[in-house]
Order: sequence, then C-alpha cells, then structure tokens
Amino acid sequence: MTSRRVFLKGSALAMFGVGALPAWLSRSVYAGDSSERRKKILVAIFQRGAVDGLNVVIPFGEQRYYELRPSLAIPKPDGTPMSAVDLDGFFGLHPSLAPLKLMFDARQLAIVDAVGSPDPTRSHFDAQDYMESGTPGFKATSDGWMNRALPKIAGPGSPIRAVSLGASLPRALRGRNDALAVNSLNDFQVRDPKAAAAFESMYEHTVDPALSGTGKETFSAVKIMQSIQKQSYTPANGAKYPGGRFGQNLQQIARLIKADVGLEVAFADIGGWDTHVNEVGAQPALGQLANNLADFGQSLAAFYRDLGDRMADVAVVTMSEFGRTAKENGNRGTDHGHANVMFVMGGGIRGGKVYGDWPGLGEEQLNEGRDLALTTDFRDVLGELVSKHLGNPNLKAVFPGYENPKFRGLLG
Amino acid sequence: MRLPALLTTGLASFFLILPALSFGKPSKEAEDAKRQAKLFQKKLSKDQQVQHALDRLTFGPKPGDIARVKKMGLKKWLDLQLHPERIPENRDLEAKLQPLESLRMSPMEAGQHYPTVQMIRAIAAGRQPLPEDPVLRASIQRWIVRYKINKNKEDDTEMEPAKTLEETLAPPELYTLRNGKPDQKRQLLESMPADKLEDVLVALPRGQRQQLFNNSPADVQRRIMLLNSPQQVVAYDLLQAKLLRAIESNRQLAEELDDFWFNHFNVYYDKGSDRFLIPDYEREAIRPHVLGKFRDLLEATAKSPAMLFYLDNFQSVRADIDANSKRKVKRGLNENYGRELMELHTLGVNGGYTQHDVTEVARCFTGWTIQDPRRGGAFFYDDKLHDKGEKMVLGHVIPAGGSIEDGEKVLDILAAHPSTAKFISTELAQRFVADNPPPALIDKMSKTFLDSGGDIRQVMKTMLDSKEFWSQGAYRAKVKTPFEMVASSVRALDANVTDAWALANQVGNLGEPLYRKQEPTGYSNLNSDWVNSAALLGRMNFAVQVSKNQVQGVKTAASQSAELIGSPDFQRK
Repeated sequence: MTSRRVFLKGSALAMFGVGALPAWLSRSVYAGDSSERRKKILVAIFQRGAVDGLNVVIPFGEQRYYELRPSLAIPKPDGTPMSAVDLDGFFGLHPSLAPLKLMFDARQLAIVDAVGSPDPTRSHFDAQDYMESGTPGFKATSDGWMNRALPKIAGPGSPIRAVSLGASLPRALRGRNDALAVNSLNDFQVRDPKAAAAFESMYEHTVDPALSGTGKETFSAVKIMQSIQKQSYTPANGAKYPGGRFGQNLQQIARLIKADVGLEVAFADIGGWDTHVNEVGAQPALGQLANNLADFGQSLAAFYRDLGDRMADVAVVTMSEFGRTAKENGNRGTDHGHANVMFVMGGGIRGGKVYGDWPGLGEEQLNEGRDLALTTDFRDVLGELVSKHLGNPNLKAVFPGYENPKFRGLLG
Repeated sequence: MRLPALLTTGLASFFLILPALSFGKPSKEAEDAKRQAKLFQKKLSKDQQVQHALDRLTFGPKPGDIARVKKMGLKKWLDLQLHPERIPENRDLEAKLQPLESLRMSPMEAGQHYPTVQMIRAIAAGRQPLPEDPVLRASIQRWIVRYKINKNKEDDTEMEPAKTLEETLAPPELYTLRNGKPDQKRQLLESMPADKLEDVLVALPRGQRQQLFNNSPADVQRRIMLLNSPQQVVAYDLLQAKLLRAIESNRQLAEELDDFWFNHFNVYYDKGSDRFLIPDYEREAIRPHVLGKFRDLLEATAKSPAMLFYLDNFQSVRADIDANSKRKVKRGLNENYGRELMELHTLGVNGGYTQHDVTEVARCFTGWTIQDPRRGGAFFYDDKLHDKGEKMVLGHVIPAGGSIEDGEKVLDILAAHPSTAKFISTELAQRFVADNPPPALIDKMSKTFLDSGGDIRQVMKTMLDSKEFWSQGAYRAKVKTPFEMVASSVRALDANVTDAWALANQVGNLGEPLYRKQEPTGYSNLNSDWVNSAALLGRMNFAVQVSKNQVQGVKTAASQSAELIGSPDFQRK
C-alpha cells in the first residue's frame, strides 16, 4: 500500500510539476493511506487562561453552588435565556452554549466533569505546559502528547498530518513527527515565485539545526496547500462561523479535513478565560465569560454543521489548564483552582451524557478547601481518544509514566 | 510562551538540535549536554567577537557598524553601551519621536486628548454637556465645531460635517483628492495647513478617510486615526516609537533592555484603561531602570497604575471589608498580582513559595490601588482597604497593624531573595547568551546580583566579562524574535524609515504583536517558540516585501536583498 501511495505521489508530481498538482489528484494521493477506511481525525482545542468550568457546565442540582457564588451563579433552568440549559436534571449548560445542546441531544457530544491534571500547580504556564506535554509534574519532556499520538506509518506521510492554526506551534504538537503551524491557509506560500525557489533551495541546504527541518517541512506542505488555495471555500449546510480568530481557525480546520490531504491531528486555541475580575455582567448569564462562551459554542456548532457526515471520522476534544475557585472572589470573579470540564464531540462519541464522578462542593469535598476536586485524569479522556479513535495502541509512549488509564467509555 | 527559567535547563536547545529526542533517553541528552558545555569553553576570533557583540547587544549591525566598533575598540564600545547616558542620542530619531505626543503624556492627559467617538457624538448631538476639564473640552471642541448638530440622530450614525468637501477645497484640489494618483494625494494633504486638513478629513466619509490612511504621511495618519479610532492613537505612538528606537537609537543596549524588561513585567494594551496607562508605564517605570537597581524597577512596576490595573490588584481589598455591609456584591481579596509577582517577576515558578504565600502576599498588597482608575489616575494607597492582620511571607513575619510598608517589605524580601537572583540572571542569559546557558555563568551572575544589591548594570557587566558570553556556545545560537528580525532587516538594509506603522504590523503578523501579549508571561525568549512553518513563511514574505519597497514608510536602495533577509542565516543572531 505504501509503495503504491509513494508512487502515485511521485508520478503526480512528475506529470503536473510542482505547484500544478490538481486537487482531485492530491486527494487520491493522500486519501488512500489506509485502504479499508478513511483516516480518523482528532481536533484538540485548548482554552488558555483556565476557564471557569463551574460556570460552563452548571451543577444546578447542588445548592452549595449557589451559596458559594452569590453573584456569579447561573440560575436553575427556567426556560429563559438567563438560566442554565438543562442536560440531565443535575447539570446544565451555560446559556451561551445553547447551540451545543443540539449535539448533546443527538448523542454526539459528551461532557466529562471534575476532570483535569493531577498536578497541583496553579501557574497558568506550568499547567498548560503539563497538559500539552502530557506528563504532569515532569518538566523535562521535550515533545507534546499530540505529536506522540500520531500513529506510526511506513514511509513519508502527508506533510499535512499535524496542523496547528496560529502563528506558533503549540507545545502539544512539537516533537519528532512533522507538524505545521498555519496562520492562514491562503497565506501559506511565498508570494514571489523567484524568491520562493531561492528560499526553498537555501532551506534545503542549510546546516542550521533549528531551521533546516522546519524549512523542508514547510516547502513540502506549501505544494499541497496550493491545490487548496485554488478553490474558494463555502461552509456547507449553511454553517456560519463567528468572525473571531477561533471561529475562523475552526473553519480552516474543516476546510483541511474536507480537502482530504492527509490531516490526522489538528490544534486550535482560544484565550481570554482568566476571569479574576468581572466574570459576569449585569446578570450572571451576561458579561465577559458569557461573551467568550458564545464565541466558543457558536464556533463548535458551526464546525459540526459544516462537516456534516464527515463528523463520522472526526473527534473534537476541549481542555483548559485548570479550573477556578469554587467560591467567587471579591471582584465578581474567580481565582485559580483545580479540576475543570472537558467536551468531547464527534460521530463516534457516545454522547448525550455527563461523564465522571461528581465530587460535590461541600467544604470538606473541595480540593484544599477551595476548588472542585479531581476525579478523572485528563489523560483518561485523551488516552481513550488516542487509542480508540486514532487507533494508536501504544499509550505508554503517548503518556509516558501514566500506567493504568481508566477509560470512561466515551467510545464504543 | 516563555518557559520559566528552571524549566528549560537541559531542554530548550536540545529540543531543536535533536527533534527526534523523546521521553526517557537520558544518555543522548547527557552526551549532548557535554558537547554543548565544551562549546561554551571555545573562544571566538576577534572578528567574531565584534560581530557577536553587534548581533546580541544591538538590533543587528548596520552597514559600517563593524568597522566603527573595531575603530573605537570593542571594550570602549561595550562600556559606552552600559552607560547609555554618555551616548548622545540620534537627532533624527528625536525629531521623528516629536509628533508622537502621547508618549509624553500622563495617563490622565492621554484619556483627555483622545476622547472616544461616542463621547464626541453625544456632545455634538447635545445629549451630553461639554466636559468641564479644559483639556478634554478643547479636544472635543476641536472636532465638534466641524459637525452640524442634530439632536435627533442615533448614537451610531455618522454625523454630518459642518462644511462639505466642495466648500473646503478648490475644484482642482477636489479633483486630485478624488481622482489623483496616490503620490498626488499625498502631496496635496502634506501641503495643507492643519486647520484645512482637519476640515477635509471630517468632511470625508469614514471609509474614504481610512482608504487614505496607507498612503498618507505619518502626521495625516495620526489625524485619521483620531477620527476613526481614537482608542488606537496611543498604540500608534507606542508602536512607532518602539520600532523607530530599535532601528535608529544610538543607545542600542538600553533599547534591547527596554524590550526585555517591558516583556518581563508585561502589561496588555487591550485590557481596559491600560490603553492610556502604558506610555506612562514604559516611560516612568521601565525605561529609567533598565540598567538600574532591580528593587527600584520592581517597586516602580508594583506602584504603576498599568500593572495595578492589568493584574487586578487595584480591586483587591481586605477580605472582611463588606462582612457587615448590605452590598449585594461583596468585595475581597484578589490573588492575581500576588501570584504573578512571585512566579513571573521575582522568584520564578520553582522559587520556593506556596499557595499560602500567594494569599499572604495578596493580603500585604491590599489597598494598593489607583485614584480614579477609569480616568487615568495615579497610584494611591488606601488604608481603609488594607488588611491590618499579621502576615507570614516566605517565613518572614509581617507584623499586624502595618500599612503601605507591608507591600514594600514584600518587595524587599523578594528582590533580595536568592531565587530572584537566579531567575533574573537566567532570563537575562537566555536573552543574551543562549537558550540553555551554562550553570557556571548563572552562578556568577546571581552572585553579582546578590552582592551588588540587585544592580542590573553590574549583572550585565558580569555577563559581558564572562568567557561564556564570548564563546562558540553563544555565537549565532539564538533565533531572532519577530521584533528583532524586522528591526535588524531595516538596519541591515540601511533603509530610510519615515513611518514605522506598517513595520510594526509586520511584527504582529509574525507572531509578536507589540504591547499586545495578553498573558502576563510576556513573549518567549527561546528559539523553539519562534521556529515553525507559519513563522518562516511570514519572514520570507516580509523579506520579499521590504526588499521591493512594498512596506509603507520604508525605502531601501538594496532591491536584491530578499534572499539575504529571508535566509536561514539572517534568522540567527
């Protein structure tokens, strides 16, 4: 299979020349990696800044929630847009996330609560680093879990196997497998052909240890991107992505998925969750967090709609470095806490359920007397996706040092 | 993202050299560390030394710089750079900074000079009275006299100008403005007296005004911005100044350190009032101390409205303040500043503090607030808001009954702490020497830090006297940040910069929007964070544009230079 694929790729380049590879051919070149089924794709989303999970998935069934958060608590579901959206009689979604209810009801969205990293750090930086390296508490890990999660393949894979949207390559995607940072699909090129050829040769021949590998990866990806750039993109099924960076990045991931150029893992992030002050506005369901969640939820919903049937091959997982204090602080905000919430969405996900063991919000149930306690390790969630969705059985290499992952049964 | 110092030991540079390196292969890592250590013992040639000094301590050499340093003598040049006050500043640069008036304003003045469009509309429509403050009144009147007052119009509709374009311009002028080539329009605008220019700009519809922006001289750009987005005027001045100083200042090391310290004590332009607090912050808290005492720098930032606002301390009050009040929303302690002060400003994340220390430090800083925070007031200590109880910070007792001195004592403790000495030395060495600086160098710098009472100039001198700085291990070992890459390109091409706005936007596109790093970590110091496909393509495209004179406000005669600026070698310093 591999040799046939390489042959196809080589002959296609020979026939059409660099840059003239037609879209249909680039598709057949990379779509055929696995003859029996299409490649599964994992999309990871990082909410940087520690989103306040207790106001994302609201434990409205627990009275303590309302005692701890007199000015922040989202009211119990009462059918109005200022109250929680009921999921199961105990948990509800923040009303800004109402677009996700559709996916939850269609059993394609699962929620894992009281989940996160077991490391106690409350440093944004360290906690993000641990979650992206996949080795909490261990700083010397040089690569990221998502790079290690790529299944082993024989021969050269698509240069577009692993992509992050944005101007930098996140920690999660760094490592031995090629991974691209893409600011925008349309700009992924050198705009002057003469200079492009000169640069390609320079980066091909440089001995610079940092730049040569990245340079070569970049130029082989540029050739594949050219076929995508030739076609304009209209989201399918009337999907409307919000205009912000996050929505636009998800749209570009959808475009890459549909172009069938060999994408296996993709990464996007969204910031602005560090709500120490004025987390809510005139009402708990309004203000800073509500606005940010609206962008987040509408973007995910548009992605789901746009991909349509292709969601069968896709799983999306969201995470944030830690949760926030269960009790509100003195500035209508929350400080750094511990456990949080994750969303898992996709055609193969057993959705429509809130997973995890709810630890409760009683004084003695809180972590260090202040934060939601942790009952699920984030690696249990990611590990299940890596092994059952991506089909990479070697979890010991993806999450070194994590001996006995306890899958929650998110996938069949 | 900037990796805190301790994290990077044995990590960052290996990562790039051995991308295949993975978890659990210590022998290869150890081997590489050995090879790396040897490189820090290997000396540079005389020529390499000069090149290295200009690469690291300036925003890249300009044509002729190498010869100039050789003629002066490297030692003398280094000594001068460590004493920027002895170097006469470039007059051309000073002239270019002159029109950027917000750089010299207090936060209050900046707020008054650049009223929001909503405010002007509301007053022009008669819904709000003119403000009493004379400066704000004048800056609003300057615009509203140019509008017809219509009390029935909604807030978000365009106001009707008092004079139409036809009434303001002679027919040939009008023709040029409408149909002329970009250069003709530019000439026309440049030739107008200020009053007439403002009439014209007001009479133009918003969109047409914006279309003129890119081809206009800096002065006209600033006026367009005042009309279309006054909240961006301060950013415009800050970005222009940052690029112009990096490119043209004779005090290059001081400008490098301004960038380093601003980034170390990062604040974010788009967080509320910070948009008019930042010029004061950079001018008063950062720039005077870049080679001064760390303790002074630390206190200047701790008491700056920009930092108090950015890390929320201005709202942090003793936890019991509203215990007996009927306020619906009870005020209280906010840990944000206390934590970042230790994690990012002083001790470093592994510097030996606990969650308990974070809370105690936050208690010490209660009452450190801002007078009238939404209007650009100054630092203000409010004893009523201060937690008077006893606190325990890193094993030191802060006795009950204290006031402003509680926070000052915390700054004393932190500034003199060995973890701070090590953390600051490591960060400096990562910026100026290598991602993974040798421990022996950090020890020397930390010792100087502690012996000199945190004298930054002495710490820098220790670094510049070390064999590690002048070694093969350091030579060409750093990848330029986008800011350094853009500034060094312009310097290498000896390009003439009349307007640095487009250049600053290029820095942003390459992943480093200046004054706009939202997280308190600031931007990364490390190679691995700046090398990726998007960044490389961005740099190559910038190289093409700047060499073809396609970057607005920048002219170079070296039109064949794209291959130099976009080359792998030029990304190094």
